[in-house]
Amino acid sequence: MLDSGELENAKSMSIIVTKGSLDWAYPPFILGTTAAAMDVEVTMFFTFYGLTLLKKDLNLKFTTLGNPAMEMPMMGGHMAMPNIVGMLPGVGAAAGTMMKNLIKKKGVASIEELREAAIESDIKMIACQMTLDLFEYSKDDMIDGIELGGAATYLETALKSDINLFI
Amino acid sequence: MAEHVLNAEGLNCPLPILKAKKMLKTVPVGEVLEIRATDPGSVADFAAFCKQTGNELISSTKEGDVFKFEIKRT
Repeated sequence: MLDSGELENAKSMSIIVTKGSLDWAYPPFILGTTAAAMDVEVTMFFTFYGLTLLKKDLNLKFTTLGNPAMEMPMMGGHMAMPNIVGMLPGVGAAAGTMMKNLIKKKGVASIEELREAAIESDIKMIACQMTLDLFEYSKDDMIDGIELGGAATYLETALKSDINLFI
Repeated sequence: MAEHVLNAEGLNCPLPILKAKKMLKTVPVGEVLEIRATDPGSVADFAAFCKQTGNELISSTKEGDVFKFEIKRT
């Protein structure tokens, strides 16, 4: 078993990460870290709301709003959450707490753990420079080891990748 | 009892794979890592993992609620 860097014909994958809520943070980090574990060279490009996933202080929120398909397991059944209920004060925060408890109970990794695994497995993480400017963040707000880049930086990687995902 | 054992019981996707990969790096080439997991998805996932990374899946068995995998590092 060789590390991906040692393989001449290593497979590669790029992911554009556009969303920064607790639920949407999972697909890119799960696929990225698993691909890296399978000797795939991974690049993740964080843009718009996805950029918040690179902040030093992760405080991910979850909302039921605009998510009619969501059903939470509850007392042996499933509970849907109509948008009008999700709008009530405190319901969003409560749903977030419920989701975090469920994640822990089911042995699902936290986003913090997956991000740590991404760093350990040398996933290249690029923060979108334009988004930093737009939302007035500085590189100091973000974790160490990331790079800054723009659309052309991403495309250069994507053009030679075997898999390109937009999440 | 195998010399290298990873207990991934109670962990869900993708943690068993991530931890197995991390531990495999410390296993000398030719030696076997035994993994115990309770995630039913790990059966298909460890087969795919081994196929892609070239490590050899020697066995994939089930004892009660626990899935046991033996992977030989190549």
